[in-house]
Amino acid sequence: MSFLAKVFIYPVNSLILADLVERFGHKPLTIMNQVREKVTNISLDSPPINITPEDPKIGLRYAAIEVPAGVRGRMALIGPLIEETEAAIIVENPPTNFGCVGCNRTNELMKYLVRSKGVPVLEVKYPEFDEEAHDFVNKIATFLESLPKEKPEEDEKAKEKEPAEKEDKK
Amino acid sequence: MSTEDSGLVKIALVSCGSEYAGVQPEFEAAASKVNAKFVYPEIDIASIDTIGRDFGLEVASGDLRLMMARAKAVVEGTTSVDGVFITTCFRCAEGAIVRNEVRRYIHKHSKIPVISYSFTESTSAATLLTRLEALTTIARHRHLLAREVQTGLTAGIDSGSTTTKAVVMRDNKIIGKGWVPTTKVLESAEEAYSLALKEAGVSREEVQALGTTGYGRFLVGNHLKAQLIQEEITVNSKGAVYLANKQKGPATVIDIGGMDNKAISVEDGIPGMFTMGGICAGASGRFFEMISKRLGIDITELGALAVKGIHENVSMNSYCIVFGTQSLVNSLAKGATPEDVAAAACYSVVEQIYEQQLQEVDVKEPLILVGGSSLIAGVPKALGQLLKIDVLVPENSHMIGAVGAALLASGFVEG
Repeated sequence: MSFLAKVFIYPVNSLILADLVERFGHKPLTIMNQVREKVTNISLDSPPINITPEDPKIGLRYAAIEVPAGVRGRMALIGPLIEETEAAIIVENPPTNFGCVGCNRTNELMKYLVRSKGVPVLEVKYPEFDEEAHDFVNKIATFLESLPKEKPEEDEKAKEKEPAEKEDKK
Repeated sequence: MSTEDSGLVKIALVSCGSEYAGVQPEFEAAASKVNAKFVYPEIDIASIDTIGRDFGLEVASGDLRLMMARAKAVVEGTTSVDGVFITTCFRCAEGAIVRNEVRRYIHKHSKIPVISYSFTESTSAATLLTRLEALTTIARHRHLLAREVQTGLTAGIDSGSTTTKAVVMRDNKIIGKGWVPTTKVLESAEEAYSLALKEAGVSREEVQALGTTGYGRFLVGNHLKAQLIQEEITVNSKGAVYLANKQKGPATVIDIGGMDNKAISVEDGIPGMFTMGGICAGASGRFFEMISKRLGIDITELGALAVKGIHENVSMNSYCIVFGTQSLVNSLAKGATPEDVAAAACYSVVEQIYEQQLQEVDVKEPLILVGGSSLIAGVPKALGQLLKIDVLVPENSHMIGAVGAALLASGFVEG
C-alpha cells in the first residue's frame, strides 16, 4: 500500500488519530510501530520494551544530557518519527484514554520539534461535546484532504529526469 | 539476609516509566537477588484524569498521575503488596515533587515499608541492592526487627568501607569491642573480631550467633558462617535506637559513614523511609580524613579543633570532594585558622546531608547521629546548629552496625 504523506500525530499513541490518518490514505507515524520494532528485535533482551541504556544516549540527538533519562529514552523512539514527518496533527488536552506517552516533558519537546520543522501542522482541541466532536473530525478531515496528493520532491525529480532522458534519446 | 524465612516479597513498582530509561532489567535483577518481585497495582485508566484533584497534586505528566493512582491502590488495599519502591527520573523536578509526596502519602496512610530512588540510565542493580535488601528485610523480618533486648552470647561485625568494627555482647551488654581500619576485608574482619573476643574473654566456639553487616557483609558472613548477613540500613537503625535507648516511638537516624551517608526515619526501631547518599565522598567521613591529613593532625583531633572554630569564617562547599579540598587549600592560603577550617569542614558535610538527604525523610526527634564521623565533636554541633534541634550521639555511636548485628543475631539463639 502506498501512502500519500507521513503524518505525525499527537498523542503519538492515539489509535483514533492513527485510524483517521490512514482512512485518508496517509501514513500515521505512531509510537506503536516503533515499540513493535523494539520488542521483535531478537538480538536484544531488555524487557518490557527492549529499551536499553543505549537508547537514552541515542536520545541525546534530540535532548541534552541534563534532560532526564526517561525523556531521552522516549525521544529515542519518537525522534526518528519527527525526522520523517511531512505533516502533523496535534490534539490539545486529550484525556488519557485518547493517548498518552506519560511524560509531559517529552510531550513538550516533541510538539516543539514538530512545530519548528516547517511542515503543515493542524492544532485542534479535544472535543468536549458532540457538536465539537463533529467539528473536530471535520477539521482533521479537511486538513488531511488538503495535504499534497503527490510528493512535491519526487514530482520535481521526475520532471527533472524527463527532459534529460528525452535529450539522451536525441 | 538470613537464608531462612526468605519467601517471595511483592514490591509495588511505582515509577514514572523506568522502562523508557533502559534500567528496568537492572531493577528486576536487584529484586530477584533479594527474592522479590515487582508488581504493578491495577488502576482504572480513567482515574488518571481525576487523580490529581483527588490526591491534591495536579501535575501534567500522565505517568506521574499513574504513580498517584497506584499509590492510592496500595493504600486502599486494592493491590496487596509487602513493600513499595517509588522511582522517578533523576533531574526531573515534577517527578521529584510527586516522588516525595507519594512516599509521604503511603508512609502516612499505611504501615507498608517504602523507599524511593531517582534513576539515570546508568543506575545498576548493585546500586539498588542494599535499598531493596532493606525493603525486603523490613517486610520479611518484622518480628526480628522488633527485638529490643540482646540475649545469650552473640557477636556482630560491621565490615565498613573505611573501618571494620566488631562487638561481642552477652545478656544485653557489650563485653568486647574491636575497631580496625579496613584494608583486606577478611583480614580486617578477623582482626577486629579477634580483638573483641579477646576483650570479652570468650572463644569463637562459645559465640552462639554471629551477624555481619556493611559493604563486606557477604564475604565476611559467608567466611565466618554468620547466622545473619544483613544490609546496614536496618541493622544500623536498630543499633542506633538501641544504643540511644529510644526504641519506642519515632526517631531519625543519621549515619555518616566512610563513603556514604544514610538518613533513616524510624518508628519503634523499624525503618520507614530512608535515603542513602553517595554522590560524592565530599559529604562523608572520607572528607574529614582528607581535611585532617591536610591540617597535619590525626582525625581523632579534628573534632576538638572544630568545636573551637567558627565555620562562617571560611567558605567551604564539599558538594564535590575535589572542590571541597580546593576551598580548604584556598582558605589556608588566605590565612584561615585550622580551627575555623575544621569547623567549616564539619558544617559543610552536614549541610550536604541536609540538602541532599534530610529533605527526603521526615525529621522527627530524637535525632540520633551515629557512624565514625559522629565522634568528631564538630559534626553533631554543626548538625544541631543547622537543624536547630538537640543531636543525640549515643555511647559507642561508631559501633552501631556491629551492635545492631549482634542484637539481631540474638534472634537466632535458641531457647
